Amino acid sequence: MQTQTAGMGLTPQQVFRKQAAGESIHPDGQDVLQRHVLTVLVENGLGALNRVANLFSQRGFHLESVSVGEAKDQSLRRMTLVTTGNDRMIGQVLRQLNNLVDTIEVEDVTHLDHIERELCLVQVRCSASERHVLIGVVDIFRATVVNITPDSLTFEVTGPPAKVNAFIGMMRDYDVLEVARSGRVAMRRELAFEH
Amino acid sequence: MTTTSTLVERPTDLRKTQKSSEAAYQKDARIGGGLMTGAEIFIRSLEAEGVEIVFGYPGGAVIGIYDTMHRLNPTFKHVLVRHEQGGTHAAEGYAKSTGKVGTVLVTSGPGATNCVTGIADAYMDSIPLVVFTGQVPTKLIGNDAFQECDMIGVTRSITKHSFLVRDVRDLASTIKKAYYIAGTGRPGPVVVDLPKDMLMASAPFHYPTSVSIRGYSFVQKGNAQQIKLAAEMIQESKKPLFYVGGGTIISGAAEVLTRIARYTNIPVTTTLHGLGSFPENDPLSVGMLGMHGTWFANKAVQNTDLLIAVGARFDDRVTGKIEAWAPHAKIIHMDIDPACISKNVPANCPILGDVKLVLEQLEPLVEPKDTTDWMVQIEKWRTECPMDFKRDGKLRPQEIIRALRDKTGGHATVVTDVGQNQMWGAQFFTYIHPRTHITSGGLGTMGFSLPAAMGVAFGQKGGGLPVISINGDGGVLMNIQELGVAAAHKLPLKVVILNNSYLGMVRQWQELFHGERYSHTDLSTTNPDFVRLAEAFGCVGLRCERPEDIQATIDAAWEVHDRPVVMEFKVIMEEKVFPMVPSGATTDEMITASEEDIN
Repeated sequence: MQTQTAGMGLTPQQVFRKQAAGESIHPDGQDVLQRHVLTVLVENGLGALNRVANLFSQRGFHLESVSVGEAKDQSLRRMTLVTTGNDRMIGQVLRQLNNLVDTIEVEDVTHLDHIERELCLVQVRCSASERHVLIGVVDIFRATVVNITPDSLTFEVTGPPAKVNAFIGMMRDYDVLEVARSGRVAMRRELAFEH
Repeated sequence: MTTTSTLVERPTDLRKTQKSSEAAYQKDARIGGGLMTGAEIFIRSLEAEGVEIVFGYPGGAVIGIYDTMHRLNPTFKHVLVRHEQGGTHAAEGYAKSTGKVGTVLVTSGPGATNCVTGIADAYMDSIPLVVFTGQVPTKLIGNDAFQECDMIGVTRSITKHSFLVRDVRDLASTIKKAYYIAGTGRPGPVVVDLPKDMLMASAPFHYPTSVSIRGYSFVQKGNAQQIKLAAEMIQESKKPLFYVGGGTIISGAAEVLTRIARYTNIPVTTTLHGLGSFPENDPLSVGMLGMHGTWFANKAVQNTDLLIAVGARFDDRVTGKIEAWAPHAKIIHMDIDPACISKNVPANCPILGDVKLVLEQLEPLVEPKDTTDWMVQIEKWRTECPMDFKRDGKLRPQEIIRALRDKTGGHATVVTDVGQNQMWGAQFFTYIHPRTHITSGGLGTMGFSLPAAMGVAFGQKGGGLPVISINGDGGVLMNIQELGVAAAHKLPLKVVILNNSYLGMVRQWQELFHGERYSHTDLSTTNPDFVRLAEAFGCVGLRCERPEDIQATIDAAWEVHDRPVVMEFKVIMEEKVFPMVPSGATTDEMITASEEDIN
């Protein structure tokens, strides 16, 4: 009975199950892990935020970033969560989130048309003589200077996470003192004329 | 009702409000007017909710509730347990046997934390409980006050939901919501934390008749398309098998499941919690599956081409190494919890819904099937390795369980503890009714059986089936204090202790997988004299040391009707639970008793 599962000898049902879970059917294959962006509408209050964050540690899910703020309805908060996993894990994340009494709406926007933005503050050591060089770089990213001292500059940059990554990368040539990222916020895109 | 202004104008002089609210209550509380203290609101809410019994233990934070209980003489019964963990297990036993929501009331801090094991147990086994915990006054929360514990935080990952009452005006509606959430959908425990000042403050009492919680909903009927697909899959299958879990019993689907299985001639295997959902004396029953399931049930699983999972969750004790489990089976999975479906094994045909309603939808779509060949094959496996035990003059636990079955004809509620006794109780008693097998399956809580059996007996209110509590000598001591409560209430529990002077299941693993190094599992030096212990608690104590005395011991126990009987059976320590799928192994690597003998 051992032979039927050894090596590549999977039964058709086992192949189905692995594919449905997003797992590799090859013995040494890697599972396909994907980054997913979820938006969750939750009840206002610390209890709700606690429960959502707790769910990730309780169930052993990954949590890359969280951002929370007031939604249109002031009694609600909109959370944007970034997580990674295979299809089975993401399916579990979504269903377990939905099961929480405090969640009103859970949506995986990864494969939908959506807008993702992140805000980032970067503080860089910078003498007066370097300022113009640095500001030249910063202008390309349409970042703004939000604080200045004789030997430091603080920039604010907003955009998709890739742009923020690029900005922080460009700053590496200088002496970066501190970075603070907000985590992503995401929202579905309304389309009117695109198609 | 315009309540806010009244509240603001009234000073919070406790004695005054209590007196006046009592008077107000007498006048017109039942029609919704008048002010009541939080403690009174609590009691009237439980009455309005139809609570029959509360298992509790008083303390500083809830003294107001107990005082009010004393004065108001509520319609529900309060049972003073001797440890809060015992209280939660009793409430679980009550809930599992009656299908109603169990209620626990404890004080803050240690009273609350003592409930944690019971709450976790209820969470794992989907048992509806509402646990009311006292809390220090609101203004002291976070101050490390005496007997303070952040119970909401502690229980966050082991509750279906929890509430901290921050305004006495929300108390009644919170209680309503708590019972609603605990008892509907996939049931589970709900904690309601009650700060002391909330119990002393006053508000008008109005118990809501309906609940609306915007983030909470659950499905009822299944998707008709999916059910049609399931019916087609059943028709096409050659070797179908029902795999039935505890959800079937919770939703009350045992009857319709039995009808469908018999009509379609499809054999049925049940999980530990599914025992009783299909009569085990039916030829279509192949008994329990999984780690200690029958040889023939596990063989059937490994060879079936269609597994129809009903209210089951593909637990690791069922599947063993999941990649190699049921390798040829398409899977139909019916469950009320969307997170259960495809959690461990992706289903070919998922059906989300209350399994009773789903099966009722399925029933008219299925046809009788000819499963003769398949049943012949299963019968062959059954004769290959039947569920049996040696009869060699030694006192073996299996023989005791069989004798209990023969004594009752299977018409009894069996509450098992955890370990070997639990598995023998599951394997050798023949379960024919739903809600007659109660155990701690998910969490595996030793010390569950005795208090849970007590809860079952309270739920039966004197009538009903005999209640048998099956224990090992390890677990029974973990909540032995509840024996005094059962005796005080004259509950005729039949408490069986299978005493092998060992932590038997751990010993079994040590013998099989850890080179017979019996590290700290010998209980002989710390075990009490169980007969004298029973007598000290006001129960009858009986001891049996030889197989020929089993019958007389059981007969003697059944003669006692006004108190618990403790039957200590001095069983041999060498007996092990078989068949066994070693932890993490594939189901095909099952070890049977006969193989073990050869080794």
